[in-house]
Amino acid sequence: MNMVNVTIDDVQVSVPSNFTILEAARKAGVNIPTLCYMKGINEVGACRVCLVEVVGGRALAAACVNPVTDGMIVKTNSNRVRATRRSTLEMILSDHNRECLSCIRNKNCELQDLAERYNIREISYEGKKSEPKIDDKSQSIYRDASKCILCGRCVAACEKQSIGVLSFLNRGFDTKIGPAYDISMADAPCVYCGQCIIACPVGALHEKEEDQRVFDAINDPKKHVVAQVAPAVRAALGEEFGLPMGTRVTGKMFAALHRMGFDKVYDTNFGADLTIIEEGNELLNRISNGGKLPMITSCSPGWIRFAEFYYPDFLDNLSTCKSPHQMEGAIIKSYYAQKKGIAPEDIFVVSIMPCTSKKTEASREEMFNPTTGQRDVDAVVTTREFARMIKTAGIDFLKLPDETPDNDLIGEYSGAGVIFGATGGVMEAALRTVADILEEQDMPEFEYKTVRGVGAGIKEAELKIGGHDLRVAVAHSTAAARKLLDAIRAGTAPEYHFIEIMGCDGGCVCGGGQPQVKAQDLMDIDIRELRAKALYEEDESRAIRKSHQNPDIVELYKNFLGEANGHLSHELLHTHYHAREIYPDSVLAEENE
Amino acid sequence: MGATKTMTHDEKVQALDQVIQRHAANGRKALMQVLQEAQGIYGYLPLDVQRAVAFGLGVSVAEVYGVISFYSFFSLTPKGEYEISICMGTACYVKGSQAILEKVESEIGIKAGECTKDGRFSINACRCIGACGLAPVITINEDVYGRLTADEIPSILAKYKEA
Repeated sequence: MNMVNVTIDDVQVSVPSNFTILEAARKAGVNIPTLCYMKGINEVGACRVCLVEVVGGRALAAACVNPVTDGMIVKTNSNRVRATRRSTLEMILSDHNRECLSCIRNKNCELQDLAERYNIREISYEGKKSEPKIDDKSQSIYRDASKCILCGRCVAACEKQSIGVLSFLNRGFDTKIGPAYDISMADAPCVYCGQCIIACPVGALHEKEEDQRVFDAINDPKKHVVAQVAPAVRAALGEEFGLPMGTRVTGKMFAALHRMGFDKVYDTNFGADLTIIEEGNELLNRISNGGKLPMITSCSPGWIRFAEFYYPDFLDNLSTCKSPHQMEGAIIKSYYAQKKGIAPEDIFVVSIMPCTSKKTEASREEMFNPTTGQRDVDAVVTTREFARMIKTAGIDFLKLPDETPDNDLIGEYSGAGVIFGATGGVMEAALRTVADILEEQDMPEFEYKTVRGVGAGIKEAELKIGGHDLRVAVAHSTAAARKLLDAIRAGTAPEYHFIEIMGCDGGCVCGGGQPQVKAQDLMDIDIRELRAKALYEEDESRAIRKSHQNPDIVELYKNFLGEANGHLSHELLHTHYHAREIYPDSVLAEENE
Repeated sequence: MGATKTMTHDEKVQALDQVIQRHAANGRKALMQVLQEAQGIYGYLPLDVQRAVAFGLGVSVAEVYGVISFYSFFSLTPKGEYEISICMGTACYVKGSQAILEKVESEIGIKAGECTKDGRFSINACRCIGACGLAPVITINEDVYGRLTADEIPSILAKYKEA
C-alpha cells in the first residue's frame, strides 16, 4: 500500500493512501467527532458532524468518507469547523426528544456526548417536531421514533444482516425510519437479532425491558426464582462496569446473581451440554437412518426466525432441539422441580441472555410444557438489562469476589458448553462428543480450530471420524446464512452433513442484547475476537471439556430422561417450526384498526 | 394508464412478472425502472405488487416502499378514471391553488391522494407542472385548465361527471 503524508492540525502523519481523513486524524491523535459513521456498516457522510476544512478546498469535507491525498493539509478545529459542527448538532437536537434523564441511553449516548463536547447551551432552531410514535408490540424490540435522529445506522445494520426490515420512508421533514407502511416491527419479517439496537447511537431502539418482572418475582415469597446465564454474557458484562473489552467476569457474574436474591443460580452451559447430547445423537440418527441432511443447529432464535421467514424450505433440516436455555428451563420445571419437591407453577425461571430474539423465543407457544401449560422460561433479560439491575440493586460489581453456580443437580458445566457463545462453538462442542461416540474412546485431541474464528462468514471442514467422512460448515450472521443456503439451494455447495448457523456476526458474543460499543471504539478493535477469546480461555480452564462427561448430565439421563432422543426428551427438549409469511395483506388491515 | 382498464387481473400479474424477469439480473439497480413499469400496468403500486418486485429483484419490501414513498410520481393508492392534478408549484400557489384544491376536494368529496369509491375520480396535489404562465393550473388526465378561479371548478367538473 502506498503511503501518503498528511498534515492534520499541524501534526504530520504518514498513512496508507486508502485511509479516510477520519482514520488519518486518529493516527495524528486528533479525535474528529462522528455520529452516522459506523466502520464497515455505515460510511455515508450523511450527518455532517465530522466536517473538516481541507486547505485549498471550497466546501468543508466529511472526514469519514473523504480519502486523504499526498500533501493534504486538514484543519479540524478552526472557528469555521466548530461553528458548523455546533449548528449541525443544534439542528439534529431541535427535532430530538431531549428527555435525557429518563432515557435508557442516559450517559451512554453518542449524541449526548457530542452535545457535551460542543458545549451546546441552547438550541437556536426551535421548529416543528416530528410526531412521537412508539412501537412496543414485539416481545423483543422497543422503538421510539421521537428519539430517532435518522442517522441510518440501524437501516445499514439490518441491511448488512441481509434482512432489510428497516428503511427510510417518505421524504423531507416527513422522513422516518421503519418497515414498509411504517407498520410495527412485530408485523414485519424481523428476526429480532437486535443488531439495529447495537447500531443505534441514541435511545431510539432498545430491548423490551423485563427487569421489573424479575424483581417482582424475586420479591414474591411464593415464587422459587431460578436464574440461568448464557455463556456469552460473561465475555461482555464487564464492559458495562468500565472493564476492558474481552475481560471475563464469570466469578463476579455469579456473585452478583447470588446477591440479587435469586433462590438458585445456574449456568446455561449445563443446557448447552444437554443440547449437545440431544443434537449429537439426532445427527448420528439422521446419518445412519437416512434422515434429512444437512442437519442445521437450532440454538439461535434469530436464525430460526430467519429460516421461518426466508428459507422455509430448510425447516426440515433444522435440528428439532430447543435452544440451551429453553432446555434448561424445561429441566428446571420437571427434573429439578421433582427432586426438590417444588410445584412447577411456583418456579420462575429467568434467563440472562446476550440476545433480544430469546425474549420472543421464550414466549413461543411451542416453548410451553404440553402437560403443565407452563412456560419453560418466564423472563429473559439481556446482558444490558442485567447490568442495570446490578446497579439498581446497589451491588458494587468490581468489588465482588469470584463465585460459582450452585453446585446442585444441574450446576456443573463443561468447557464445550462455554464456547457455545462464539461462532463455531456449537459445532466444536458437538464434534467433541460425536467423535468420542464414533471412535468409542476418550479422544485426546478434541480442539477443532478450523471452525473457530471470525475471518470468514462461512467456515468449512472435512473430518474423518470413526471411519466416517464428515463434512461440516459454520455460518455466522444471517447474511452469511443466506449465502450458504442459496448455494445449497442452487446445488453449488458440497453435500454437508452438519451446519452451525448463528444469527449474529461473531455469534452470541455479539448478540443484540450485549453492551453497545461506541462507533469510534470499534474502529481499532475486533470486538468479536476479543469477546470470543474470553470464552476459549474459560474452556481451557475447565476440568471437564466435553459435554457427555459432565457428571450432572450423566445423572440426568440415568435418573430422569432415560436415553437421548427418547420419549421424555422429545416431550421436554424438542420442538418444531413453521413457515411465516412476509408482509401478508393482513398487516395493512391490522394497521388500519 | 390506458392499459390498466383493459387488462384482467391475471394479465396484469403476468405482465408484471415479465417486467421483473426482464430486469431481475440487474437486481436493486433496476428498482426504479421496474416500479415505473409496474405502475404503468397497475396504475398504482399496492402491497402485492411491492412484494412481487421485492422478491423478484432481491431487495426488501421496506426498501421498495421507501423508494415509492420518496418519489411523488409513484402512488400507493389507485388512480381514478379521471385523475385531477392541482399544481401546487410556487407560481400556482401564490395565485391561489390552495383554494382551487379545496374546491375540487369538496366538489368530489375526497381528499388529495384519495380515489372515489366508484373509481371515477382521484385528486393529486402535484409539484410544478411547468405551465406557470397559466397559473393557477389544473389537469384532468390530458386536459389542461389555466388561469382558474375556484368558482369555475363546478362547471369544469360537471363535464367529466356526466361523461
